[in-house]
Amino acid sequence: MLAYALRRVLMLVPVFLAVSLIIFLILHFIPGDPIDNLLKVGAPPEQRAEMMARYGLDRPLPVQYGIWLGKLLTGDLGMAIVARRPVADLIAQALPHSLLLGGLALAFSTIVGVALGVIAALNKDGPIDRAIMGGVLIGSTLPSFWLGLLLILAFSVGLGWFPVSGARTWSSLVLPVLTIGLGGTALVARITRVSMIDAAARDFVMLLHAKGLSPLRIQLRHVLRHALIPVVTILALRIGWILGGAVTVEVVFARPGLGTLLIKALSQHDYPVVQASLLMLAMAVMLGTLIGDLLQAAMDPRVRGALA
Amino acid sequence: MSVVETKTAGKARSLPLLRAIFRRPSGALAASWLILVVLGAIFAPLLTPYAYDIQSLKEAFQPPSASHLLGTDEFGRDLLTRMLYGARTSLSVSSISILISVAAGLTLGAAAGYFGGLFDRAVTTVADLTWSFPEILIALILVAIIGPGIAGTMAAIAVAYLAQFARLARAQIMTLKGETFIEAARSLGAGHSHILFRHLIPNALAPVLVSAMLATGDAIILEATLGFFGLGAQPPTPSWGAMMSSGSALLFKAPWIIIFPGLAVAITVVAINLFGDALIAALDIRDRVRKDA
Repeated sequence: MLAYALRRVLMLVPVFLAVSLIIFLILHFIPGDPIDNLLKVGAPPEQRAEMMARYGLDRPLPVQYGIWLGKLLTGDLGMAIVARRPVADLIAQALPHSLLLGGLALAFSTIVGVALGVIAALNKDGPIDRAIMGGVLIGSTLPSFWLGLLLILAFSVGLGWFPVSGARTWSSLVLPVLTIGLGGTALVARITRVSMIDAAARDFVMLLHAKGLSPLRIQLRHVLRHALIPVVTILALRIGWILGGAVTVEVVFARPGLGTLLIKALSQHDYPVVQASLLMLAMAVMLGTLIGDLLQAAMDPRVRGALA
Repeated sequence: MSVVETKTAGKARSLPLLRAIFRRPSGALAASWLILVVLGAIFAPLLTPYAYDIQSLKEAFQPPSASHLLGTDEFGRDLLTRMLYGARTSLSVSSISILISVAAGLTLGAAAGYFGGLFDRAVTTVADLTWSFPEILIALILVAIIGPGIAGTMAAIAVAYLAQFARLARAQIMTLKGETFIEAARSLGAGHSHILFRHLIPNALAPVLVSAMLATGDAIILEATLGFFGLGAQPPTPSWGAMMSSGSALLFKAPWIIIFPGLAVAITVVAINLFGDALIAALDIRDRVRKDA
């Protein structure tokens, strides 16, 4: 297991290099020059050259990448061009908000999704199953920003239960978590249901029935435990999706976070901030995939050999 | 030879296939809605007396009424008219970019699965890498490069779903290429391109096309999300996402501006999913599509 984990972590190095190179490179092809935004119209070319030199934009691209990567590894993410503050500060401010939102949404989707999936599987093909799976289909197809706006309309404007936007109070978390969580809930419920039904058809379940255990006890103690393996791995693989959902939802609810930071920086052509926030999101996805693979290997020894 | 057979068999089968889809109530409902939306988009100019881009400020912010069935927006433009024209943008942008994505993904994935070796490893590595990233992240990067607008949105959608089709096509080809009829074709002296394009790809097509159809639903949402960020179709071109973008600031003043386009997106995407499910059931290819993988 340790050997597998080491190999799997080492595999992240080329992936990280590739991703960082893509993020570094493509943002240099963006139309719109941040320096132009900083200078007054008709500024002398010397002033422009001086600005280019100050941000290191005048050197060859491979050199810029090398310097950027080197600084990145020491935690120096550069200066934000528009905000004129260290990018690391902006990220450090935004990250906890996104992690809190993403973590709560993940917890919500897991608990509610597994519960719904189990209830649906226990009532397989009955009216309760149909109702849950129908609701799940609709929940997974609503555009999340639209769902968020509807929730604001119903609960903040109509009923006045929660604040419309911002992140000052705990109650401001309820609607954003619900908005992101519903999509994840749908996914978890669907997988839980399928793998419960799958596991219930195995031979060991027949043996348990033959032993005379109560059907409900078999379902909840034995079948569910078996069925949770794919749920756990797929959930870990979807951590990136949940953070991706956070990008949209943060903008809708005007919450501070990586998503708001990214969208704002995109419209201001603020390269260093765009690069850093994209890289943070990408790293979260890579870590999620890593956790998913390790969990799967821990639960199923057959996976470990596959990477050799 | 086998291609000719599939073609004639396909013609004889297409009517029962439609009947099988319409026999399920959900399939019939979904198909009817999709036909309605497509017809509405095509015949938009005949269906409405209003123009989508002529402003009339004294009629702004009207709630739904007899003369404006879904109300008017902040510039006094009829919302239903803009939604019909918006369907043109949203549907064509998402389906054309998914078609591009399928064509590229199918070719790459099929070639990778057929030839194997270093090329296969390169395609698989890149596909796995992009597949593990959320589509919205890939789309935002691409829109950032190309710039906001319809071209950027289409490139973003095409690239975001490429990996999915490449992986699916590769998996299909891998299982098919061991089949006896491929060996037979090879022993008759068929070349690589003949086997690939006349035998393997036609047989791998059904699951790929069905998953492309389901992906079109996701693409409509992605288009709407980019439009909502103001990165999609630019004014005055209506698209369902762009309409919601201007509506979000007016949520409290005129909620219908955002409710109706969102409803159109939601119902259309649910319909595409239900239609896809009916199609999967009718073609009996559930194992080959693997929706949640």
